[in-house]
Amino acid sequence: MVTQITSFGRSGLYDWMMQRISAIVLALYSVFIIGYLVLNPDLTYEQWSGLFETTWMRIFSLMALLSVGIHSWIGLWSVSTDYIKATGVRFLFQAVCGLAMFVYIVWGIQVLWGL
Amino acid sequence: MLVSIYRYNPEVDDAPYMQDYNIDLPAGKDLMVLDVLNIIKAQDPAVSYRRSCREGVCGSDGMNMSGKNGLACITPVSEAAKNGKLVLRPLPGLPVVRDLVVDMGQFYKQYEKIKPFLINDAPAPAIERLQSPEEREKLDGLYECILCACCSTACPSFWWNPDKFVGPSGLLQAYRFLADSRDTATQDRLSELDDPFSVFRCHGIMNCVNVCPKGLNPTKAIGSIRSMLLQRAT
Repeated sequence: MVTQITSFGRSGLYDWMMQRISAIVLALYSVFIIGYLVLNPDLTYEQWSGLFETTWMRIFSLMALLSVGIHSWIGLWSVSTDYIKATGVRFLFQAVCGLAMFVYIVWGIQVLWGL
Repeated sequence: MLVSIYRYNPEVDDAPYMQDYNIDLPAGKDLMVLDVLNIIKAQDPAVSYRRSCREGVCGSDGMNMSGKNGLACITPVSEAAKNGKLVLRPLPGLPVVRDLVVDMGQFYKQYEKIKPFLINDAPAPAIERLQSPEEREKLDGLYECILCACCSTACPSFWWNPDKFVGPSGLLQAYRFLADSRDTATQDRLSELDDPFSVFRCHGIMNCVNVCPKGLNPTKAIGSIRSMLLQRAT
């Protein structure tokens, strides 16, 4: 048993499952956004902001936003534990990633509910 | 034929280097890479490598042949050589003891970690512990591993974290005991593996499957371990 306190859920299984679930959410969101843009070639600002004013779209976007955070945290945590062997540098890298993830989520919520 | 061999004797050399040998191959015969090494060894006795059974059973002569890990004794030169040149290097990622001989300590440590022996709390019966043919069939494709380390040393996850990631070979063996109907330590074994490194550092790139000289599939075994962990946790 290898103990780690900086991984997302502390259990390998949990991280692995979250990575997959967040990937599915991101795939669905990407397909939806691309599909919407393709089906609406003459998109206006009103239509676009109208879409994001609906509650379901805000929840869907928030889910996608949280998924980006979780997915990138697990991914970059893996990359950093693979390639950065010096503990101080690795911790700094992980701290920067964690901060970026936090900022993006808070900022994203502000954007979504601030329209 | 031009054969380029990785040479390093830490007692004499400051750094490893590649040494070229020009050897005449007998016409009309496709030698194995090990035969070529033996010819070179006759010319230059200082060239070091491990070998024993010379028929792909002992797993001693795992090495990197023109970029791909395999057993020198069962790899034909025609298959290993690229553009008429054969490049022989030690298994990647493990410390080199000398020339093509690597220190397998880290590899064995991971093997030891998964407790590669049958654990059964029940008192031994008068006769052997019986298995149905179906239960026995589950061990096929798992028990054949000869621990040559070709797979684990082809795995980038094992290169970067050989102390934490069990590696394809160890995990294939771990599943061999998880799948064994006579083993009663399944839950303990799974608990030992349920961390972010031991199993989950595998990203499924299947280098292990690509190089296994016995044609085994560690990636599939790792998938089965994941399923067992998932079933236990949900």
